[in-house]
Amino acid sequence: MDDHERERGSDAEQGFATMDDLVLKAGGWLGLALVALVFAALAVDTPFAVHMIIIAITCMIALWFRVSRADYAGMARGLLKMPADQGAYDDDPVRWGVIATIFWGVAGLAVGLYIALQLAFPALNLEIEYTSFGRLRPLHTSAVVFAFGGNALIATSFYVVQRTCRARLAFPGAARFVFWGYQLFLVLAATGYLMGVTGAREYAEPEWYVDLWLTIVWIVYFVVFVGTIVKRREPHIYVANWFYLSFIVTIAMLHIVNNLAVPATIFGSKSYSAFAGVQDALTQWWYGHNAVAFFLTVPFLAMMYYFVPKQAERPIYSYRLSILHFWSLIFLYIWAGPHHLHYTALPDWAQTLGMVFSVVLWMPSWGGMINGLMTLNGAWDKIRTDPIIRMMVVALAFYGMATFEGPMLSVKAFNSLSHYTEWTIAHVHAGALGWNGMITFAAVYYLVPRLWGRPRLYSLRMVNWHFWLATLGIVFYAASMWVAGIMQGLMWREYGADGYLVYSFAETVAAMHPMYLIRAAGGAMYLAGFLLLVFNVWATLAGRVREEKPMTETPHNAAADRPLAPVPAE
Amino acid sequence: MATQPAEKRFSHKKLERNVSLLGFFSLIAVAIGGIVEIAPLFWIDNTIEKVDGMRPYTPLELAGRNIYMREGCYTCHSQMIRPFRDEVERYGHYSLAAESMYDHPFQWGSKRTGPDLARVGGRYSDEWHKAHLIDPRSVVPESIMPGYAFLADRDLEAGDMTRDLTALSRVGVPYTKQDIGKANDDIRAQADPDAGAGDLVTRYPKAQVRDFDGDPARVTEMDALIAYLQMLGTLVDVEKAAPQEQAHVPAVASGASR
Repeated sequence: MDDHERERGSDAEQGFATMDDLVLKAGGWLGLALVALVFAALAVDTPFAVHMIIIAITCMIALWFRVSRADYAGMARGLLKMPADQGAYDDDPVRWGVIATIFWGVAGLAVGLYIALQLAFPALNLEIEYTSFGRLRPLHTSAVVFAFGGNALIATSFYVVQRTCRARLAFPGAARFVFWGYQLFLVLAATGYLMGVTGAREYAEPEWYVDLWLTIVWIVYFVVFVGTIVKRREPHIYVANWFYLSFIVTIAMLHIVNNLAVPATIFGSKSYSAFAGVQDALTQWWYGHNAVAFFLTVPFLAMMYYFVPKQAERPIYSYRLSILHFWSLIFLYIWAGPHHLHYTALPDWAQTLGMVFSVVLWMPSWGGMINGLMTLNGAWDKIRTDPIIRMMVVALAFYGMATFEGPMLSVKAFNSLSHYTEWTIAHVHAGALGWNGMITFAAVYYLVPRLWGRPRLYSLRMVNWHFWLATLGIVFYAASMWVAGIMQGLMWREYGADGYLVYSFAETVAAMHPMYLIRAAGGAMYLAGFLLLVFNVWATLAGRVREEKPMTETPHNAAADRPLAPVPAE
Repeated sequence: MATQPAEKRFSHKKLERNVSLLGFFSLIAVAIGGIVEIAPLFWIDNTIEKVDGMRPYTPLELAGRNIYMREGCYTCHSQMIRPFRDEVERYGHYSLAAESMYDHPFQWGSKRTGPDLARVGGRYSDEWHKAHLIDPRSVVPESIMPGYAFLADRDLEAGDMTRDLTALSRVGVPYTKQDIGKANDDIRAQADPDAGAGDLVTRYPKAQVRDFDGDPARVTEMDALIAYLQMLGTLVDVEKAAPQEQAHVPAVASGASR
């Protein structure tokens, strides 16, 4: 791995190619479009036909870009495209990723607010199949987790891996394919849910052909990420990249195993899971819990390991702790799935194993939190002066809280009360809104001025407003759902003096109404805060800078800044 | 540096400098838990204790189940009764592993915004289900469930069900060749009593043959969904399994019957 080898590698990737290459690639897209159209014509159900037409249109757009953007003058000189500036990082996919993160964030949060209101006012289901709760709920979860979160992760991983490796992305074309391919996956998944195309397993709802597409995109993502690490100019692989790497590898494993299925026909959307009943349940929650672990925790810790030290301008607190908690976290997390199946028909030994590992998991989780928070050692004043740091600190606080609550809820005694109730919803949202949301907002605020070459954000005070709206929103959300969940659990099991159950199920539903209203209010505040982010980013991109008082105003009186003059005794 | 003894032993620095090793060991670390927890479920015999009465879904029930999944019913309804006094009293005998052995995928659910449905079969009339699905608040004023009036208006277009049964038999559901061959006729046979059920009930014991949606002229999505709901939890005679489970009660209580 000497420098000469690396030099030759970067030369080769500039891609000396000819007209043949262009024809081959354009022909490839055309061929794919035609195949998709044939599938659309042979489709046995409408949603499948719609999806194949979407794929065909995407291929045609790719073809058009390939042909119209080609550098024909350069081609005459034997180059497919002018070589990119090797002296700057390849940030186009990161910029697109930030925009996509914001777009899907608005969509996901808005749908979330809407379905929260549906639970309070069922008339909002509109009696139309496309807008009923059952179809919008997967749209909400996938939009926030895979679209908002996923885009943030892909964008930040491309940003971080380049900086920490001091190298440009290994395969620029493949990186662009990852971004656009992932958007196609999201569009297929989202439109599928609305049309009722679903595998009906939570967080793994996309059907078999969408899963296959994601597998291809993910493998290319792996190649780009690892390729960039391989061509790094730093001897060490920075700790953030361990977390990103583990995320990419493990999500591939989980996604492939959990989505093993046999389609009824390759011309239709319907498939049947390879597993049944108990085995299917545990495979699904092995996947489901580790979607939380390896999608919503591990790579977000990677974001923490890069953006917190950068924003705080302090090194990571403990390198040794990061080694310890990385290995223990990824090893232990995978065992925790069965705690979603306490007291079900899953064998008891598996439930107990899941519970024990979930409780042990508390420690490495807090290892990450401590490492993040203690990075602020010597810079604690920034919590007062820097609203982005404040977001990071609150994100870590919510991470710590959610990773305490998680082990607690996985204890069977607690779980017997909390399972099936709104308490689960409270727990998930404390983690998702508090930890994933806040750290992503902080990363976006950090990235935008740097990616678009602006002196600073349009308004830091607006970030502060966003922070408070989001934090208050989470408090309303989580508190109302905690109360709702505990109330629900207790009402279900309430026995009267006569030895009969006190409440009918319908009465427990009616009791939720005020809590659903408070939750929706909290969600609305969180969405309002996010809209401030949208405006702030838009204004920053437009090149505007708001005239405003700085966030810190420690008074300094120069006249008083002197020793007391000795006063002669009287 | 290289001569120091610390470098001869394993050092984490090796992993930090070699992406292949790092990727390999992190894959090993995440693979172990799944292998230890999930793999045994496929060969340990007592994962699913055998019970009498389980059979694969009839094509009509399967089509209803697919509608149940399509509409995302699992986001609000569980199908897994836990062994607690209040749940057993509210919903019926706790769920047995065998009762979902032909469920590809399982629909145990994770949230009860609405009640558990594992044993909802036979608890309400077909008319109640139809009225409830069309306008839930007409029969349960407190309900927050969406209305599904469109199910009654829409003909069941399940496509060629032989494909679905074939796919399921490929993943281990014991449909016979006859079941698969007659799949499309069986739909009509179960939902239309005038059509003649043929040998449907011998191939699918306890299959309920009738017009479910009050519209005998056609087979609608409502027919399929109600047929599915009405069979939930009705296949296994849980009372028959009860004496075995009561093995630990004092001999005085159970002695008389033995």
